[in-house]
Amino acid sequence: MANKRPFTDMLADSMPKLVLAPSFLIVMVCIYGYILWTAALSFTKSRMLPQWKFVGFDQYTKLMNNDRWAVSTENLIIFGGLFILICLALGIIMAIMLDQKIRQEGFLRTIYLYPMAISFIVTGTAWKWLLNPSLGIQKIVRDWGFTDFTFDWLVNSQMVVFCLVIAAVWQSSGFVMALFLAGLRGVDQEMIKAAQLDGATLPTIYRRIILPSLKPVFFSAFVILSHIAIKSFDLVTALTGGGPGYSSDLPANFMYAHAFTRSQMGLGAASGMVMLGGVLAILIPYLYSELRGKKQ
Amino acid sequence: MINTHKSTPMQKLLRFGLYAILIFMAFIYLMPLIVMVMNSLKDVEEIRSGNLLALPQDPSLAAWSKAWSSACTGSTCDGIAPFFLNSFKIVLPAVAISTLLGAMNGYVLAMWRFKGSELFFGLLLFGCFIPFQVVLIPMAMTLGWLGLASSASGLVLVHVIYGMAFTTLFFRNYYVGLPRELISAAKIDGAGFFLIFWRIVLPLSPPIIVVTVIWQFTQIWNDFLFGVVFSGVDNLPVTVALNNLVNTSFGGKEYNVDMAAALLAALPTILVYVFAGKYFVRGLSAGAVKGA
Repeated sequence: MANKRPFTDMLADSMPKLVLAPSFLIVMVCIYGYILWTAALSFTKSRMLPQWKFVGFDQYTKLMNNDRWAVSTENLIIFGGLFILICLALGIIMAIMLDQKIRQEGFLRTIYLYPMAISFIVTGTAWKWLLNPSLGIQKIVRDWGFTDFTFDWLVNSQMVVFCLVIAAVWQSSGFVMALFLAGLRGVDQEMIKAAQLDGATLPTIYRRIILPSLKPVFFSAFVILSHIAIKSFDLVTALTGGGPGYSSDLPANFMYAHAFTRSQMGLGAASGMVMLGGVLAILIPYLYSELRGKKQ
Repeated sequence: MINTHKSTPMQKLLRFGLYAILIFMAFIYLMPLIVMVMNSLKDVEEIRSGNLLALPQDPSLAAWSKAWSSACTGSTCDGIAPFFLNSFKIVLPAVAISTLLGAMNGYVLAMWRFKGSELFFGLLLFGCFIPFQVVLIPMAMTLGWLGLASSASGLVLVHVIYGMAFTTLFFRNYYVGLPRELISAAKIDGAGFFLIFWRIVLPLSPPIIVVTVIWQFTQIWNDFLFGVVFSGVDNLPVTVALNNLVNTSFGGKEYNVDMAAALLAALPTILVYVFAGKYFVRGLSAGAVKGA
């Protein structure tokens, strides 16, 4: 018994490390190891199978000269920018409106939130019919007597990217609303009461006290939304199939198509690496502030 | 939240406007669902000749039963029922394992910090946000070597690995907000690692468990990317099957069957939100938002 003590003590001391060890291993291999692996592949001429014949930056040059890639990155900037902006604006406005002691708040909240529960595949399928000119909104409005009404964005290669925005906002804005509502409920009530006693008006209270305290929520909503935007692979697949032509492709679709269906593994890997670079540009400032905030 | 005691006619008008906007928004959010339900009850002819917003003249569940058990999804014509089952086989273990792992990791990272644990958290946090495109090819190869390619357990593994970052983040940020004294008192009393977790931390965890389970359930049920890349023909999750069904160009387009199938695929997660949505929002307020 006596000589067992130190061992159990040692075990107890290292328990936290032991518990974390498998996760540590997984993170190092399946995130960082795989990123390096993909990076290595992006410098090879791998096609259907990996070939370890290094070709330098050839795949990246090929990528930059690829029209389909150019279209997909441009689409991501338009889609991502509008999607994030509209979701944040709608989310905060709806959260503030719902926070005014609304009767049936829970019921309304459920309605706004439910699209978040649905997969982009289902969302895409639903909006595909609604946006289909000969079946959906255009036809409905024409049936009402406005025979000149045109809403054909889904089949218009210039406008199709806005269809992605409509469907994605419909799906995600309710969730952003829920995040903001949760944030609003967390605001210090005493401070608001004190401000009211001082005679502050409602708009002033929102501008000076409530909105500033929602800054972290804005931040996390922004990060979650950009994450959704960058991985919107399924929405494109279901809503437009990337078409007309490849006019509504996003980088994620480009990567999937080249790596898994068109046997261009090297090019696919290169496009994945460029996507990672884009994410890092957003992520590093966020991680920095997250970790710095935690230390305080 | 903000008390307005007196209400002038102007305020009454504002309130009326507020309700009008909120109800209008609710209609917008509901419209796609209503359209799908109504049209899944029509027959194809009625959809083609009529209006999407028109009520079904002769509602029938024929499209639903076809979508469930006999519609063609690519190579097979057994409806989406088998894929529904596949999804459950993937989702249930993946949610359970990733939540448990997240709770243990979060517990260590919040309450048993050691040298390097913060660095690990930073490294892990990064994993929440990488575009999965950057790990797909190596993962596909690894699953092949492990003999798990195209298997349900392979998909479970993938979902656990890439869901772990989020679940750990949720639990850690929640546990950081718990009073430190609770733990330090227990440590002084000689309680060990697991005893503290089991007796003190876990009983305080239901809000964050609900958030995590709902989040993981919807993420994994709704996943398409991993499903389409890693599952072979036998283990397709329902999202992939739905996409195949909608894009199968075999004979005429059966819009009603497509809509019924889409609704069936969405049903489990919609039910979760309708019945547990308030716990989800409550859990978010309880702490998931603060640190995330």
